[in-house]
Amino acid sequence: MKKTPIYEKHCELGGKIIDFGGWALPVQYKGIIEEHNQVRKAAGLFDVSHMGEIIVKGQDAETIIQRLVTNNIIGAGEYRIIYSPMCYPDGGVVDDLLIYKYSEKYYLLIVNAGNTEKDYNWIRENAKGRAEIINVSDSYAQLALQGPGAEAILQKLTDTPLSDIGFFRFMPDVSISGVKAIVSRTGYTGEDGFEIYINSESAVYLWESILEAGREDGLVPVGLGARDTLRFEAALPLYGHEISQDTSPLEAGLSRFVKLDKDDFIGKEALVRQQEQGLKRVLTGFEMVDRGIPRSGYEVQVYGRKVGSVTSGSFSPTLGKNLGMALVESGIDSEDAEIDIIIRNRALRAKTVKLPFYKKKYKK
Amino acid sequence: MKTVEGLKYSKEHEWVKVDGNKAYIGITDHAQNSLGEIVFVELPETGAELNSGDVLGVVESVKAASDVYTPVSGVVAEVNEELEESPEKINEAPYESWIAVLELSDLSELDKLLDAGEYEKYCKEEA
Repeated sequence: MKKTPIYEKHCELGGKIIDFGGWALPVQYKGIIEEHNQVRKAAGLFDVSHMGEIIVKGQDAETIIQRLVTNNIIGAGEYRIIYSPMCYPDGGVVDDLLIYKYSEKYYLLIVNAGNTEKDYNWIRENAKGRAEIINVSDSYAQLALQGPGAEAILQKLTDTPLSDIGFFRFMPDVSISGVKAIVSRTGYTGEDGFEIYINSESAVYLWESILEAGREDGLVPVGLGARDTLRFEAALPLYGHEISQDTSPLEAGLSRFVKLDKDDFIGKEALVRQQEQGLKRVLTGFEMVDRGIPRSGYEVQVYGRKVGSVTSGSFSPTLGKNLGMALVESGIDSEDAEIDIIIRNRALRAKTVKLPFYKKKYKK
Repeated sequence: MKTVEGLKYSKEHEWVKVDGNKAYIGITDHAQNSLGEIVFVELPETGAELNSGDVLGVVESVKAASDVYTPVSGVVAEVNEELEESPEKINEAPYESWIAVLELSDLSELDKLLDAGEYEKYCKEEA
């Protein structure tokens, strides 16, 4: 298994290490629910160094990326971040990524750990124009500091006024505890917070500095278990679940990140066709009425007929309910429709509810 | 890892407390610890006839659902309904949080189970 630079610290902190797509990472330290709640009410620190980083730089960087992704990156200001799916010609999703724009000639792409190699090859094969494409994943470590207390904690370690960094914006050269970092106001929890990119060599030092700085504010280290329940409540998609090679971003409810009116991009034709013909499937949220926890892959039925399957499901620590997201035939109302979830061969009642389950508290 | 003297243990990490021809069955401290916070318990039906190795119930943590197997055969005489409301009791007090009581149909099956010392040794070897 691959280890992040902070691996030893996770073990010292009592982290329960699991194999996450080939990475040895902590699923929890004290407990998933406790860590989850702490992020919602105070702050949590995540080691997300497994995420992939790819640089695209050169004369044609902007047009190369514009042709690869479904969102529009033309005209975005410098130091802005754009979220976008990246599709195959058939409209299936290669990955979803964050695009950090330094200039029209320099971009940093943040991709899912398990997709890094695939994305890197895809981008290289489909890059039309002049630019260097470099996989720099091994030289970066990434920390996520998330929760309502995040800004106050991080501010203790830097002279840069963090309130200057707006939602989905970044600063490329912030000194935190003397460590040079890229700092963005982004995250995967539904809370305000930052993602911090540093040299791998500085990772342990910064991890410890931030934990120390936040001790009195209730900051705790948080594992992958709570990372998943937090993103789930905020209905943020996870590759391999809500989106995949077999699901289009339109079906997954990401149409605001798909600009069908922009010039040619990979997947455009297929997505335009889907839109015109009407989507066959849509993503819906649901809440269990009967006792049971829905899990990824469970079948969804209406009057005994299969209409789809669960993409993610969990007990929701914030809401105290058993909730799920499912990809279902379109035509099922997104609110108050009665559906059944097949759990261990029994049809248990659920009803559809609007997404997200948890309303984001982003600082804009 | 905690064990309790006088209980019987299975290699699937269930404990059995024998009382005459009845057996209380739950999951061990080791099992609850590796599962993490338990948020859901599915109990068997009273009156159900189970063979050793059958699914007695299901415990679910935040991350995953795990079957609980009965290490002994018998008829379900009683289920611990309190766990439906408070599944976290299994984390807090695993050896008090029995899932079901079985009326045993074959007392000789108890001989195949481990005692506390043997079970601790088994867990160490497994790790």
